[in-house]
Amino acid sequence: MGPALRIMMLAAALALTGCATTHPQDPFEKFNRAMFRFNDTVDQAAVKPAAEVYRRTLPGFVQTGVGNFFGNLEDGWTAVNNLLQGKVADGMSDVMRFTFNSTFGLGGVLDIASEAGLQKHKEDFGQTLGKWGVRSGPYVVLPVFGSSTLRDTVAFPVDIEADPWRYVRPVHTRNPGSILRVVDQRAVLLDASNLIEEAALDRYEFVRDAYLQRRQSKVYDGDPPTSAYEFDVGPTEASGDSTAAEAASSGAATSTEPAQGPVVKVEQNGGGAANTGVADKESRQ
Amino acid sequence: MNVFKKLFAVAGVALAGLAFAPAAVAQEAPDALIKRISQEVLDTAKNDKEIQAGNQKRVLDLVEAKILPHVDFQRMTALAAGRFWREATPEQQKQLVNEFRTLLVYTYSGAISQVKDQKLEFKPMRGEPTDTEVEVRSQVLQPRGGDPIQLNYRLEKLPSGWKIYDVNVLGAWLVETYKGNFAAEISKGGIDGLIKTLSDKNKRLAASAAKTAKSS
Repeated sequence: MGPALRIMMLAAALALTGCATTHPQDPFEKFNRAMFRFNDTVDQAAVKPAAEVYRRTLPGFVQTGVGNFFGNLEDGWTAVNNLLQGKVADGMSDVMRFTFNSTFGLGGVLDIASEAGLQKHKEDFGQTLGKWGVRSGPYVVLPVFGSSTLRDTVAFPVDIEADPWRYVRPVHTRNPGSILRVVDQRAVLLDASNLIEEAALDRYEFVRDAYLQRRQSKVYDGDPPTSAYEFDVGPTEASGDSTAAEAASSGAATSTEPAQGPVVKVEQNGGGAANTGVADKESRQ
Repeated sequence: MNVFKKLFAVAGVALAGLAFAPAAVAQEAPDALIKRISQEVLDTAKNDKEIQAGNQKRVLDLVEAKILPHVDFQRMTALAAGRFWREATPEQQKQLVNEFRTLLVYTYSGAISQVKDQKLEFKPMRGEPTDTEVEVRSQVLQPRGGDPIQLNYRLEKLPSGWKIYDVNVLGAWLVETYKGNFAAEISKGGIDGLIKTLSDKNKRLAASAAKTAKSS
């Protein structure tokens, strides 16, 4: 490629990044990215290591107990939100959950309501507002608390006020409890966050797009109105000229027969596995 | 005359029988298919000691054997690439499909490696029997209690069977979530830039997978 062409392409690329399209739901992207990085730093420095230690050292049933205890406290507010959204059956179910677990569940440490078939819900005031028709608004990344939307950020103080743990005295019981709650929740998310690390090309965008979809789905309780795909090419024809496709690459996308070679070659003879893996993939291209 | 009538009647029934015969060996219904392969993968993951010990190569093999044949990666990649798909040459499209498939296999295998004691629950499928595109909805119940994890699939009907072309985890569709990533990479370095980013990432994932295989 001649130098002139290269310069032109570079200029085009720069121009494109200059007028990079902002995500329609992320006008605060610069701020959000900065906050995302800040949260990451806090996470890597303090919260994640604490969660890893927590997961490694505390016995499983203790971790479950902690999770259940704080989960139970949330059930009360979830019940209120369900009722506010007009979901009476779910609301009453959550009231029963809270009652059962608080009494027979030894203050919430045991989650017997789930075993009795009362499914756990999670509703917050942001979802209630969403159900009432308030749109989520732009994506906002809060310091420490992470992903949110404008609507949910506004609703957040209401959630905080409604949290029973907030009213626990004395302070030197409440604060360690709050920290324990955060560490426990982070521990639960350790595997998921490692997975996102692997899956994402750009973590900020990945988290943002996944979060916005998830939030929308939660407002609709798992049943959001389906949207059509843009530029849908339709199903890939598993046609007679699949032979061409098979010859072209091992394990063609449309072939239903087993791939001619593994798609990912991790290790051949046990030695130099990483290099072999890379070499194999390159030779296949 | 009567003989001919009878002959035609018999021929008619025979032909009708032939017409129905292929239907008798009909394709597996989409929800039955998902149930079967999910259960197979879960059971194998739970019972295979090497997988529980962290041998990622075993998980990769499992995913390739059980899941890959039922996924339409071409459509998935095309949907994630959106309007840029048409701008790609066939060679670029092929490379993109390969790299994206590899990435998804690693990611999915990573998720399977974390399976300890989960249970699957399927929701009733909606839609007509004649639909060629369906959504299968399921939930993963955690042993620790807490919210069940939503896991939905979109499948299309092809002559060779139903194929998955999108997956929803916790309310987020895979295609939609990768669209932003793809578009950003393409605007930075074109389709080749995206292919390179994917390929570099896959090499890194291959290296770390190799480490778990060696150490087990």
